Order: sequence, then structure tokens, then C-alpha cells
Amino acid sequence: MPASPLFNAADLIRFLPEIILTVAGTLLMVFGALSERHGSKVFGHASLVALAAAMAASVYAFTEAGPAFGGMLMVDGFATFFRVLVMGAGILIVLPSYSFLARQKAETAEYHALLLFSIAGQSIMAAANDLIIIFIGLEISSIASYVLAGYFRDDKRANEAALKYFLLGSFATAFFLYGVALIYGAAGSTNLTTVRAVFSGQSAPSAVFIGVAAALMFVGLGFKVSAAPFQMWAPDVYQGAPTPVSAFLSAGPKAAAFAIFLRIFMTALEPIGPAWEPLVWAAALASMTIGNFAALLQTNMKRMLAYSSIAHAGYVLVALTARSETGTAAAMFYLAAYAFMNIGAFAVVSHLSGRDEKYQGIADFAGLAEKQPFTAAMLSIFLLSLIGVPLTGGFFGKFYIFKAALESHLVWLTVLGLLNSAVAAYYYLRILVMMYMREPGEATVEAAPLSTGLGAALVLPALGTLYLGIFPGWVLDFAGRASGLVR
Amino acid sequence: MNLLLPVLLLPLVGFLAAIAIPRRFPQNSRLWALVVSLATFVQSLILLGSFNRSLGGNQFTFDLPWIASPEIHFHIAADGVSLWLVLLSTFLTPICVLISWRSIQNRAKEFYAFLLLLEVGLIGVFIAQDLFLFYVFWEVSLVPMYFLIGVWGHERRIYAAVKFFLYTFAGSVLMLAAIIYLYNRAGTFSYPGILDMLASGRLSFTPPEQMVLFLAFFFAFAIKVPLFPLHTWLPDAHVEAPTAGSVMLASVMLKMGTFGILHYCLPMFPSASRQCAPWIAVLAIIGIIYGALVAMVQPNMKKLVAYSSVSHLGFVVLGIFSFTQMGLDGAVYQMLNHGISTGALFALVGLMYERRHSLEIKDYGGVATAAPWLATAFLVTTLASIGLPLLNNFVGEFLVLQGTALANYTWTVYAALGVILSACYMLWLYQRVFYGEAGQEVRSHVFDFSFREWAAVVPLIVMMVWMGVYSKSFLDPVGKVTAHVLEQTQINVPFRVELRRPTIVEVSRAR
Repeated sequence: MPASPLFNAADLIRFLPEIILTVAGTLLMVFGALSERHGSKVFGHASLVALAAAMAASVYAFTEAGPAFGGMLMVDGFATFFRVLVMGAGILIVLPSYSFLARQKAETAEYHALLLFSIAGQSIMAAANDLIIIFIGLEISSIASYVLAGYFRDDKRANEAALKYFLLGSFATAFFLYGVALIYGAAGSTNLTTVRAVFSGQSAPSAVFIGVAAALMFVGLGFKVSAAPFQMWAPDVYQGAPTPVSAFLSAGPKAAAFAIFLRIFMTALEPIGPAWEPLVWAAALASMTIGNFAALLQTNMKRMLAYSSIAHAGYVLVALTARSETGTAAAMFYLAAYAFMNIGAFAVVSHLSGRDEKYQGIADFAGLAEKQPFTAAMLSIFLLSLIGVPLTGGFFGKFYIFKAALESHLVWLTVLGLLNSAVAAYYYLRILVMMYMREPGEATVEAAPLSTGLGAALVLPALGTLYLGIFPGWVLDFAGRASGLVR
Repeated sequence: MNLLLPVLLLPLVGFLAAIAIPRRFPQNSRLWALVVSLATFVQSLILLGSFNRSLGGNQFTFDLPWIASPEIHFHIAADGVSLWLVLLSTFLTPICVLISWRSIQNRAKEFYAFLLLLEVGLIGVFIAQDLFLFYVFWEVSLVPMYFLIGVWGHERRIYAAVKFFLYTFAGSVLMLAAIIYLYNRAGTFSYPGILDMLASGRLSFTPPEQMVLFLAFFFAFAIKVPLFPLHTWLPDAHVEAPTAGSVMLASVMLKMGTFGILHYCLPMFPSASRQCAPWIAVLAIIGIIYGALVAMVQPNMKKLVAYSSVSHLGFVVLGIFSFTQMGLDGAVYQMLNHGISTGALFALVGLMYERRHSLEIKDYGGVATAAPWLATAFLVTTLASIGLPLLNNFVGEFLVLQGTALANYTWTVYAALGVILSACYMLWLYQRVFYGEAGQEVRSHVFDFSFREWAAVVPLIVMMVWMGVYSKSFLDPVGKVTAHVLEQTQINVPFRVELRRPTIVEVSRAR
């Protein structure tokens, strides 16, 4: 590898977002320990500022696009798209966290610091172009997420969630690492560009060998994106974790994991595409089907959203199965739309759940439209988007994914996927029924009025969802151009 | 200035403004909805006035690029068929506002907002010229109707609303797949563009390909029509919906299905349409007879009218698949007729429900003495519905039957049974509800029309007579479009020619 220990200014600019996030996180830790100001909003403000700065830095870094640190990072459109996505998701998570943490009297600096660290890890994943860097990013992101999931250390469910997430997550990372080791053994490098060159060259190692490596990595990444058959952890973790953290898990780490999924499978492993396509095909169908049918049976809102997130991972895998630039662009667009709509939906759950998250049941949404018509209207937008009704980002994303799939002649996967989305309509409709067609219950009567932070946490994703649904052109265009760089 | 665009935008702006009206002024919401829907109607009349009847194709084309890649346009236009369906929508919306005036007290703001949004979706479906845009309107119209049924409906409203949504949604996802497939093949969503390509031979489908695409579209439309045996959502939705919901559902929304078959299935997939025609015609005839027989035994007025819709819509489908000029003309005319007369039936039943708070036939009797004008209006509507000459349905049914007779005489014989049966169930309904001894409840509660109700009912009656007496004013523009559709179905039809000849040979040999 031609990496030199020296680095230049351009490298630093390309790495600036991660630097900002890590420094801000560390400072938050220090000040949190020093200051006596418990229960203050200042930590939240600080992390909002850090995230906004990192987002600006990501955009700035894109003006200096190119490889950094001897090709370990690749700051291209693809990386920038996912960097902005995970940071935007971070902002949308901090906003509802204000009132959530205040309600639980748990406003600490470490919550925000962990969030920033996790996002820093995801940002690295988005830009990584080397299997080792990918692994480091994955670990930074995951370890912070494990701690966040168990943030309420006195809560039994949160403990269960954290432990489960940690144990299964470690296994998955180990699988991933085995895959990395095999690739290194086969190609003599961990750099994705080099690996791709070796695999597509004359002296490519045996396909079986690479196939096993691909399968091992698929297991690790499949766990991270909660694709079937590695989805088992998701419902328990989403249910047990604090609601804003569940929202975070379903958006940030998932998007970043898909980013490396796409980057590895569309660059280094692209030469053996026909070999892994059936694998992803099956995982996509299984995720959609298991996710949607299991979600039909849920009575807990967070569990239902967990299963729905499994199903949505399946839709993104459909885009990966297409193995085309359109497919990559579709996956990127869908993940952005999904981040908006899912974080929005979780924000409403967080708002309504009350102290100690008493009210998580679907039945607790009864009569929300009567008591808080605005909140109900916002949630309706998110749900309609999750169903895939036109003029929402969810619809356009789905449309674009299945367009890519049909272009690649995946007719059966398209038909089964679309039928799946009809099944999914049922469980989202149940919530609409609760909100609009039932008399108010205890939870909605007791619900506090919307705070400013929560209001913003609902309006911003709603605007994002509608924007992506009505004027998808700009994002689509960017994703389209960025997808070309992956190869 | 494009005249069609305001017809779509007025209710949309009205909907957005209706959301802004505070909840504590329900009267303002009602007035606003009335003003907007009347303005839309006036605008659509202007549209009608400037429609050039001597031209067959699209008019008032408005084309605006929407999304660059994949290329999607906001492309709307109206032809002689969609024009009437747009007018039907804009004509019925103010009537729906009027008949809901008193019956919708709970959350009136949202009700009227959804009604206006529904109007946007319905109009959009008829005028969209871009397949993607068409799908957008198709799905968007689902949402307000779902809420109208689910929030303001009767006891089993939630079940009915969810069933309605899921049925239609499940049907339409396959249509979405077909639309995407078409795009990948043709490289455009533009419907006129695709038709041009088909006509010039630049785009053609293999028979199996055409069949699958046809079925994907047809399935979505058939659920909406609804064609037997996909009709089971309809009685539930109709019975549970509030009156305005039933009227819009029966009068306009079901036409989305038949319009879709006529406008999309036939011109794009002519061979497959013709190949499936016998099967579909048989299903339509089963629907005609089955709907009529089931209507006859209903104890609930709304359910009776709902099943009569299944029967009436069977005629429309039969007319379309007769592939004759008269059959197609009759089918389109029957779409409009059904919109007027069944809309009126649902409105009148709704007005009676408002008074007596029951839909059961046994709770009525002797209404004619208690409310003579109501009875008169209902009688005219009943006679229109059963196809009495000089009233609207007669013209449509006659044309359909005559067109079908040209295609297959046996079909006509069975379909005509539906006409007889419709007289049986409707007149029997009329007898049980309006004649006989008026009970205590009926005498004290069922009073005659108020001024507002007159305003809602009279236009419907006028239309029934006008359409029955002077059908020429409607059928001229329709005929040009249907003739063109028929022409389009002549493109690449290998099946029919091959199938016909051997049959004739067989018969002569047997002799």
C-alpha cells in the first residue's frame, strides 16, 4: 500500500467532520464531569452546534473531494451524501431528546457525547475506502450505540437491550472481521480499490474463496442493517432502548452500515456479483416478508416500528440486488427518505410515551387527533410515507427501488416486494385508525403539549418527507451522480 | 391561460385553506367548501363551453416538467370522455357539501377539507396524461376516502375503511409494477407518447408480455369497478360511509376503474383485451345478475343500492368489452348515468337516514304521505335507475345492450335479465318504504325537503331528465373518443382473426 505516514492539509479537510465530532464529544465529556449544571439544556445545544458544524464541514470537504490518508478514506459524493445523512439524523435525534431526557431527569453530557462519537464512527464508515478503516468506523459507531441502548442503567429492559445488542453485535463484527481477513489473504490488501483490481484481474483467486469471504461479510453487515435472517435482535433492542435512541439506531447506524454494504459489494466484490446476487435476493425477500408479517401482530409501537425497519431494510436490499448504479442511487435516496419518516414516527412515540415510557402500546394512540390534531397530522404524514402513498418520500423511494429492480430484470422480486408493501399498509393503517377513529384514552389525555424541540423534531422530518416526495429531483440527481463513483 | 389547470388547482387551494380554518368555526368550513366547490364547478362549465366538440383528441393540454430523471411530467389534458367525468366530479361535490351540512357536526373542518382533497384526486385521475402522475392521483384519492369512511361512517366504519384501503392498495401496487415496466420499455411515462410509439410500431409487446401487463392494469381497475368477484369491499364501504362518502364513492370513484379500462387497457393492450373479453364479459354478466339478486334480498336500503351498483357497473364493463361503437358509447354514458342516478339514490337515502336514523327498510313505510316531495324525487330516481325511457339510464343501457348484441347475442339475453331484475328490486323497495301505513316514527320524524336539500336534489333530477331526453348533447364528444379507442384496438390483433375463422369452418362442417 502506498500510504505514507505524512499527511497534508487536504487530508485534514477531508477528515474535518470526524475531527469536529470527536473533539466536540470529548469536550462535552470533560465539561460534563466538571460542571455542576445537571438538568441543563446546554449539552443539547452544544451537540446541535457540533453536528451542524460537522455537516457544514462535510459539505466543505466535498469541495476538496478525493482520497485521503493514502486512499484509506474516499471523500466523494457517496461519502458526502451519507455523512450529511447521518449528521442530519443526529440533529433530528437531539431535538426530541430535550424533552425526553428532561422528563426522565437524565440530561447528561455523556448522552450527547456518546451520540456524537457514534455519529463520528458512522461518518468514518461513510467515507472509508479500506476494510480496516471500515472496521474501525463500525466499532466506534457500534460501541457508542451499545452504551446508548443501555443508557437507563436502572431499567431492566434497557439492560436487556444493551446486553443483547452488544453480544450479538460483537459476534457479527467478528464474522465481518473473518471476511476481512480472508479478503486480505486473497488480495494482499485491504484497500477496496486495490482489492477490486485484483479480483477482476487475470490472477484472481478462486471464486469459492472470495465467495466465502463475501458470505462472512454479508453475515456481519446483515446483522448491522437488521436484515433477515439476522434480524432477531432488533425488536428487543428497539423496544428496550430509550425511544430517541431507538430512532437513532433505525436511522444513523443503519444508513452507515448500508453505505459500507454498498461500497464493499459494489466495488471490491462487484466482480463476483452474480455469485452473491442470489444471497442478497433471498435476504431481501426474507426481510420484507418476515418484517411485514411479524409487524402485523405487534401491539407495542416500538416493536412494530422495529419489525417495520426490518422490512424496510429488505426494500433497500432489493436495490442492492439490482447491482446497478440506479440501484445504488435508489438505495441512497430510500435511506434518506427512511431516516426522515422513521425518526419522525419515533419522535411522536417519544412525545406520547410519558414518564418512564409507560405508553408504548398502539392502543395508546387512541384519539390523538382529537387531543393534538397537529401531532396526529404529522404522524399521519410519516405513516403514509412508510406505507408508500404518493407525494411522500417513502413512495418515491420505493418507486425508484423497484424501477431499478425491474431494469435489472428482477420481476419476481419486484412483484413480491410490492405485494409486501400492500401487507405493510395494514399495520400502519391501524395507527391511523387509532388516532382518528377512536375515542381518546389515558395516554392522549395525559399527553403534554408539544415543546419547541419536539415541534421542530416533527416539522423538519415532515417537511423533509414531503420535499422528497414532491420535489425529489435534486436529491435524486445528487444520488445518481454519486452512485457512479462507487464503482 | 390553460382552462383545465384551475379546475384541479381550485379544490387543492381550497383544501389547503380549509386546513387553516380554526376548528371552532365549523360553519365557515362548510361555507368555504361550498364556495370552493361551486367555483370549481363554474370553472369546469367554462371548460365545457370552450371545448371544441369537432375535435376528437386531447384538449387543454398543460405540460410541465416535474422530475428530471426519471423523466416525469405534470401533464394534464382532457378529451371527450374525461371532460364529462371531470364535470361529474365537480357537479357532485357541491351537492355533497349541501347534503352533509347538517349530518356532519363532528369535526366538520376535517370533513370538508378531505372532501375537497378527494375532489382533487378524482379530477386528477381523469385528466392525467403521465402514467406516474396518474398513479399519484389514483393513490392520493384513496387517503381522503379512507378517512371519510373511517371517521364519519357508521358502526362498522373502521373495518370498512381498512378493507377499502387494502383492497384498492393491493390492486394498485401491481399496476405500479406494470407502469415501471412500461417506462423501462418505452423510456417515457407520457401516455400520448406511449400510444404514438405503439401506433407507429416503435414499441410493441410480445403476446405473453402484453397479457401480463394487461392483467396488472386490469386487476387494479377491476377492484375499483368493482367486477365480480372482486366486489366484496364495496357493500361494506358504501354502507358504512357517510352519505357524501357514498355518493362520491359510487358516482365518481367507481368510474376510475371503468375509465381506466377504457382509457388505458384497451388502447395499450388491444390483443390481450380482446383475448380476455369473453371471460370478462361473463364475469360482468354474473355481476349484473348476482348484484341484482343480492340487492333484492337486502333489508338495508344502502346495501341494496350498493349491490345495485355492482349490477349497473356490470353493464359498463360489458359495453366496453363488446368492442363495438355503440357498446363503448353506452358504457361511457352509463358511467355518467350511474353517477347521477345512484348518487341521487344515496343522497336521498342519506336524507331519510338523517330524519329517521335508520337504514332498515322495515323501519319505514308510508313515507309518501309524510313527505310527498321526497317520495316524488325518490320515484323519479327509481324510475331512472331501472331504465325507464325518457330518463337517463335507458339510453345507456339500450346502447350497451345493442352494442353487445352485435358482438354476442347470448350475452345480451343474459344481461337484459339485469334490467328486469332492477325493476323488481327498486320498485319493491319503493313500495315498502313509501307506501303503506306511516308509522308513528315516520310521521313524527320524516319531514319534507328543506330549501338546502331542494338545492341539492333538483339539479340531479334535472340532469336525469336532460340526459334521458337529449343524450346527443353528451354523446357527441364521447363518440369521437370511443371511435378512436376502437381504432386503437385494431392495432396488432392477431388473436381475433385467427380465432374467428376456425369457428366458422367448424359450423359449416357440422352441417
